[in-house]
Amino acid sequence: MTGPITSRLLLLDKPSRIFLMVVLAATVAVPLLNLLTPADSFIHVPTYVVSLLGKYLSFAILALSVDLIWGFCGILSLGHGAFFALGGYAMGMYLMRQIGDRGVYANPLLPDFMVFLNWKELPWYWHGFDSFPFAMLMVILAPGILGFVFGWFAFRSRVTGVYLSIISQAMTFALLLAFFRNDMGFGGNNGLTDFKDILGFNLQADGTRAALFVATGIALMLAFVACRFIVTSKLGRVLVGVRDAESRVRFLGYRVEHYKLFVFTISAVMAGIAGALYVPQVGIINPSEFSPANSIEIVIWVALGGRGTLYGAALGAVLVNFAKTFFTGAIPDVWLFALGALFVLTTLFLPKGVVGGLSKLGLLKRSKPPEKSLEPPPLAEPKVEAQP
Amino acid sequence: MRFLICLIAAVFLTTAAGPVRPASAQEGDLQSAVSGFAAGDYDATVEAIKAVSATKSERALVILQALQTGNLQIVTDSSAVVITTPAGDEGFKATDAATGADAGTVATDAIEEVRINNRVRRELASAIGTLTLFSKSDSLRMQAADSVFTSRDPEMAELLGEAIAGEKDADVKRAMLQAQAAITLAGDASDEDKIKAIELVTERGNQDALTLLTTVAGTSEGELKAAAAKGVASLQARLDMLGWVQNVWYGVSLGSVLLLAAIGLAITFGVMGVINMAHGELVMLGAYTTFMVQQVFRASFPEAFDYSLFVALPAAFLVAAAVGIAIERGVIRFLYGRPLETLLATWGISLILQQAIRTIFGPSNVEVGAPSWMSGTVEITAGLPFTLGRIWIVVFAMAVFAVLTVVIKKTSFGLQMRAVTQNRRMANSVGIRSNWVDAMTFGLGSGVAGIAGVALSQISNVSPNLGQSFIIDSFLVVVFGGVGNLWGTLVGALTLGVANKFLEPMAGAVLAKIFILIAVILFIQRKPRGLFAQRGRAVE
Repeated sequence: MTGPITSRLLLLDKPSRIFLMVVLAATVAVPLLNLLTPADSFIHVPTYVVSLLGKYLSFAILALSVDLIWGFCGILSLGHGAFFALGGYAMGMYLMRQIGDRGVYANPLLPDFMVFLNWKELPWYWHGFDSFPFAMLMVILAPGILGFVFGWFAFRSRVTGVYLSIISQAMTFALLLAFFRNDMGFGGNNGLTDFKDILGFNLQADGTRAALFVATGIALMLAFVACRFIVTSKLGRVLVGVRDAESRVRFLGYRVEHYKLFVFTISAVMAGIAGALYVPQVGIINPSEFSPANSIEIVIWVALGGRGTLYGAALGAVLVNFAKTFFTGAIPDVWLFALGALFVLTTLFLPKGVVGGLSKLGLLKRSKPPEKSLEPPPLAEPKVEAQP
Repeated sequence: MRFLICLIAAVFLTTAAGPVRPASAQEGDLQSAVSGFAAGDYDATVEAIKAVSATKSERALVILQALQTGNLQIVTDSSAVVITTPAGDEGFKATDAATGADAGTVATDAIEEVRINNRVRRELASAIGTLTLFSKSDSLRMQAADSVFTSRDPEMAELLGEAIAGEKDADVKRAMLQAQAAITLAGDASDEDKIKAIELVTERGNQDALTLLTTVAGTSEGELKAAAAKGVASLQARLDMLGWVQNVWYGVSLGSVLLLAAIGLAITFGVMGVINMAHGELVMLGAYTTFMVQQVFRASFPEAFDYSLFVALPAAFLVAAAVGIAIERGVIRFLYGRPLETLLATWGISLILQQAIRTIFGPSNVEVGAPSWMSGTVEITAGLPFTLGRIWIVVFAMAVFAVLTVVIKKTSFGLQMRAVTQNRRMANSVGIRSNWVDAMTFGLGSGVAGIAGVALSQISNVSPNLGQSFIIDSFLVVVFGGVGNLWGTLVGALTLGVANKFLEPMAGAVLAKIFILIAVILFIQRKPRGLFAQRGRAVE
């Protein structure tokens, strides 16, 4: 599959094609059904459903970013929620600045929570966020730089496996504590909310909601294609090599840490973009997005859907979140039992996720014979042997 | 260990057996003396104070203190004098002033306070001073001396002098002399007297003394000023040192909590290489077992409540170990060699356990009581109080650590455990049932988590989220100390604890925690295998 770029981009395997077509269909159909059909019609999609689906799609992008590093490079990050939240905060800061003097305290310069805390001027790091392009740059840079720095330290000193998972979890936990502080200037406990406009359009309007949904759908497709492009390239093959036998790849002369750092940073940026798309559709960003539990939940979306397939990860994100919406609405007490059981049963009985299970049943025939290297084998990492 | 705890508990119980009942002859005097309060005019009240104070009984002090705080009341119908404590909306719970017998509940409008003016207040203060300074109990006299030191009331000087003359206990006498010196310093005595007094006040060595001497140094001149300044400097140095010791102690105490939470993990993660994200929930199960045991005690043997923890410890060990073995047999054994999958599966288990506890006990905190031998403080030296609960936690953590080290190093089970983790196939071939050893090792680690829960239930809130708050810290401790090494865990826990407590005054609690997290992350980059890394082939 390492042919010319166009063929690599367009000649996807069958499930990938199906996935892209489904996302495209949804991106076109959902807004149309929302905007053009009468509200009492059978096929009308209410606006709250559009936003809900948009939220699922932004989670799907987040799941793609985790699958890219976990499924293809064997890096299990338990802190990807941090990148998602950083992207979300960058977007949230732009949306806060757009409120202008329509806040409760009607202060043209300071967001409400700063007035409440008796701050006199805007902290330096809030400057520039009134400009949309600058905010979008930050959506990419903030998670990107954090991912780069974290990855640079971690991969250079060969922190791997569970150690990496634990320190990535510690990273998001540290950020959680930091963002809870009022002094940080990010709204503390309450986070950023009460958004009014984006680019001059009312966030509550049906049209804006539909446009955000379309943007998320397009972003998901682009992210998917970009991930496919990476994993089918020569670099992608090296990544898979790193996943399966890191020291062998290193002995072959590849700078493993560079490959890991590259893909980790890309993944962090993708997670940030997902966060930026999530915030305007949900209407709030607060520190709980940094909680370690959230980050682990992302991993289970990927594991449930099917690690190392990309479309499986996206599917898993939508499935789990749909179940979450359903359970927390209908029988809230059962949700954590269900989620817990999902973790246990998936790892025990569905090591390749739903997608793997389906393809075993022959429901997902690939157009070409399956390539061995894209199948994630169980991550056979050596047990930490000990001599107490 | 148990025996020691029982012994100490017994000592505490006997010493805390409550005030001595006054003799019945005194009771009669007291009865008539107290009735003077009912007359309602100030002269009668002053007389009553004198009469009550003249009985020199323990009860007299209670009555006078109630008068001072405005809790001495007259029941308007019967003219009975009672001491009241607020009891909700209905009114007050009353006890008979003279006898201390329960007098039921009275409505707010059925009673009237014994009123006091400045003359009464003075008389009252000196009567209380007399009663306490000449009391039979050492601790009461000590308290009286301390309160004179703080108030530096010149009117007490005369009484204090008499008390010093008759004092037999050396410690109390020193405290009284210091109090006398404080009065001298605050008053207008000659410079020579004051310089002598400074020495005594410096000996006291706490914040009060420092404040007093600083004032003296600021308002005096010449030799007196120099002497006071010297006293201030030496006190300041001492207080700085005490502050430092206090910080180390807080750090050791926090470190012991971390050690307790992490040490079970050091076995399951460190020795077996199993990532058990449900470890925190096993700690929580231990805490809830303590709650259940205490409920049984409250219902059936309330008089033995102080010993409930000794039942809770083995119960928590067994509950957590049983759940741990079930997890190992049911899930983890299928995932050996796949640490990341183990991590996810055990996280799922932790969610299930949390939700199960939430469903059974409700989402809010449950009330776990502290036995009386764990409450209170011990003053190691002046100005350095250690709470008993913390001391016990530190002792307990060290004991658990010692027992575990012995189990792993000296018992045949420990030997088998080490054999299996070093070379499973070889261990199998010499006849060790490695499956059984796996299950037992995991059970041991889980059981230790359970007894950690018993200890943690004494110092933190017991809610379904208890485990969550410890899991990240515990993992960091184990990774920081070096995997597969109990000593590493000990050093790691204490280092992180002490570092945290030293950063806290500078940066605030949350920032200190963030700094520690970042520091550990950076440390792991430098030494990916932790403080005490395993060396050799077995590591990779």
